[in-house]
Amino acid sequence: MTAVLFENVSRHFGAVRAVDSVNLAIAEGEFFAMLGPSGSGKTTCLRLMAGFEQPTGGHIEIFGETAEGVPPYRRNVNTVFQDYALFPHLSILENVAYGLMVRGIAKAERLKAAENALAMVKLPGYGSRRPGQLSGGQRQRVALARALVNRPRVLLLDEPLGALDLKLREQMQEELKALQKSLGITFVFVTHDQGEALSMADRIAVFNEGRVQQLGTPEDVYKRPQTRFVADFVGSSNVLAPSFVHSLGYPARYASLRPEALALGEGGSNARRFSGTVVATSFLGATNRLTVEAAGTRIAAMLPASAAVPPQGTGVTLSFAAEDLHLMDEAA
Amino acid sequence: MRSDRSSAPMSLKITAAAGLLFMHLPILLIFVYAFTTEEKSYQFPPPGFTLNWLAVAWNRPDVWAALSLSVRVASIATAVALVLGTLCAAAVSQTRFFGREAISLLVILPIALPGIITGIALRSAFSFADIPFSFWTIVLGHATFCVVVVYNNAVARFRRISGSMIEASMDLGADGFQTFRYVILPNIGTALLAGGMLAFALSFDEVIVTTFTAGQQQTLPIWMLEELVRPRQRPVTNVVAMVVVLVTFLPILAAYYLTREGDQIAGAGK
Amino acid sequence: MSVVAENPILARRTSTFGRLSDYFWLNPKLFLLMLLAPPLPWLGIIYLGSLFALLLQSFFSIDEFSGLINYEFTLDTYRQLLIPANFDIILRTVIMAALVTLASALIAFPIAYYAARYARGKWKALFYLAVMLPLWSSYLVKVYAWKLILAKEGILNWGFAKLHLTWLLDAWLALPVVGGNSLSISYTGTFIVFVYVWMPFMILPIQAALERVPVNLIEASADLGGNPGQTFRHVLFPLALPGIIAGSIFTFSLTLGDYIIPQIIGSSRLFIGQAVYAQQGTAGNIPLAAAFTVVPIVIMGFYLWMAKKRGAFDAL
Repeated sequence: MTAVLFENVSRHFGAVRAVDSVNLAIAEGEFFAMLGPSGSGKTTCLRLMAGFEQPTGGHIEIFGETAEGVPPYRRNVNTVFQDYALFPHLSILENVAYGLMVRGIAKAERLKAAENALAMVKLPGYGSRRPGQLSGGQRQRVALARALVNRPRVLLLDEPLGALDLKLREQMQEELKALQKSLGITFVFVTHDQGEALSMADRIAVFNEGRVQQLGTPEDVYKRPQTRFVADFVGSSNVLAPSFVHSLGYPARYASLRPEALALGEGGSNARRFSGTVVATSFLGATNRLTVEAAGTRIAAMLPASAAVPPQGTGVTLSFAAEDLHLMDEAA
Repeated sequence: MRSDRSSAPMSLKITAAAGLLFMHLPILLIFVYAFTTEEKSYQFPPPGFTLNWLAVAWNRPDVWAALSLSVRVASIATAVALVLGTLCAAAVSQTRFFGREAISLLVILPIALPGIITGIALRSAFSFADIPFSFWTIVLGHATFCVVVVYNNAVARFRRISGSMIEASMDLGADGFQTFRYVILPNIGTALLAGGMLAFALSFDEVIVTTFTAGQQQTLPIWMLEELVRPRQRPVTNVVAMVVVLVTFLPILAAYYLTREGDQIAGAGK
Repeated sequence: MSVVAENPILARRTSTFGRLSDYFWLNPKLFLLMLLAPPLPWLGIIYLGSLFALLLQSFFSIDEFSGLINYEFTLDTYRQLLIPANFDIILRTVIMAALVTLASALIAFPIAYYAARYARGKWKALFYLAVMLPLWSSYLVKVYAWKLILAKEGILNWGFAKLHLTWLLDAWLALPVVGGNSLSISYTGTFIVFVYVWMPFMILPIQAALERVPVNLIEASADLGGNPGQTFRHVLFPLALPGIIAGSIFTFSLTLGDYIIPQIIGSSRLFIGQAVYAQQGTAGNIPLAAAFTVVPIVIMGFYLWMAKKRGAFDAL
């Protein structure tokens, strides 16, 4: 079943098209990422799902029911806010029990549910503290518990890991993924970090300028970008101009070529190849990065650390398997 | 602006201390005069000290009547100012609309303009509309300039409630009224109480607008003003002055402690 | 944990509050209107209305013989403001307000600077209270205190006598304009009381402005070779200026409109506030009284406009 459906949804603020004719169908139980730079419309889409914003055009459904015109408090959808938005005047336990309290659940029952939710996010016994007494990572877990205790049909996460340091972020990525699996709740999360989106999501929608540029699995988006923007934003693909692509024996369209698909030398019989001059090299630990200029285009190649690195200024030939070059939809 | 390594230069210490003394010594003098035995002049040093005037002032019905009127006016004016000020603050800080700036200016105007203008404007409006002076004409004037005190306190606190806190409440299933009751009110409560205290102190003490809106009624400040212009009861006035100082200190101290604690709570939530 | 309904969209709330909440949520403009419904008519109609009605009266004149208001548009009343006797009043008030503001800034600055830069923890709280208490304590009591101080038999004369400095006080009182028979009936007395009563309003805005100056800015200036005087003139003062302007809004405006202080402590020469009071009261000349009130309104309007341009409202 479709958990969240967007049909030509737009949200314009005056002349600004924050969200412009977006179509989405998020499946039940899916871990869905909305990826894009700031101002790309991904957060507005999340707010449209939560009900903080109303679409200026189009139609939104949550599990088949019309959502536009429904206030946030009547949607069985909960949000983990970027700044966590914990209530400073309430204890952690009261924070977590808040959603149950306003829905009229009896005190004993809601406090028990809140305790369980805290245990689920590995914060048992923290209930009597205040938000100010917790670390950033702990507050984020509380925010998660506060949302999940309501058993939402969809959980929205707004840059959930943005404020955490790297180590904590990696740990939380795994935990979130495991939590989602065990609960079976649809997760929709917004991020500007492509690595996060690729590693966590079942599917990714890449946003730019209020529109969905590409929607697909992480592998799709990473290996087969449909637009230059996606190729550029998701990872560090080489984007090749139509003329260069044509010279390699393909139709004259924009194309992407991943740096790790390139190798030094002539390659096999069905490999494609081009020559250029080494303009820069850098040592990245497990790999060496080589920047080659060929026909006025700078192209990056990742070489295994074991390979010899030609010095700057030498002429080299690079090759790649024909199927590794991915032609994009954009012609010119 | 903080510096942990330097201490203040001596000249700064002295000028700051002198400035503070200048602010406080005259008020302390009031306490000395309340107990003087001299009753015909303002002689210093007092020839002797007595507790007698406290009893005399206690038994003055005119002082009690003036005090009671002042307290009643200040209570009602504060209540009105609390409602109006909070509503204005909510409208200005929680929504975006054309004319927001104009509203904050409008609220500040009654204290930004000299009190005599507010006073005379209200008085001529009363006479124009044939409204006789009454308890309510005083309240109307006082509430008008008390709004700003509540407004300022409330706006400052509203600013600290992050927008996402209100959204979080609604997201968790609380409707507008529940959000107000469970999230907004607990967070602005102390600020409102502090604003109310200050509004009370402001109203309790006000004389300039009151002279224009009171007619023949005597609030405590008006009673004092008459004593100032035509001293008849110097010892009683001395005692009343002391009592007024003490009475206004209490709400100010309370307001201070209320907002201070609020700051800590709000700061902790960051 | 299955304590909550499974529906993706919950049913409409049937309670009155629930319905109202839904309604307001769908009509945010109506909600805003509800918020503004009580305060806006009060301030916008009663208060502003009275103010405009008053201003309107300044364009009427008074009939010399009957003493009744002549409801015909005229600028005569404003012309009356310019006759020497009235113009002197305006000039005297504006000069006094300017001097009071200047003196207040001078006294307030060290206090604010100390509180902003050096006071910490308990001392900071104490400083704050030490400013708040006099600021909020009764206006009339403060004036009364100075009546006690400045009285002939009061503490000030006593102090001068004890220090054998009575001659100094007499020499000051013998000066033209600022002098007089005694301090309590001289401009000097009026000035001191004005400064005393309004100066506290200057401290907190300056302090707020100074608190926003990062301390490394001052250190940077010292590093670059600025002596304390230069640091003050080029770094501290410009940064504190919005605070000083914000504070001066109070000292200036309050002095402009006050009629009680000069009546109790001062010479018999009038200030604007007294003129307004006398014109509307005993003289019954509301148009002239109204015209007099326009003077501080115009001055303060100009002042506020300038303050806004300087960003002083952020320091309020």
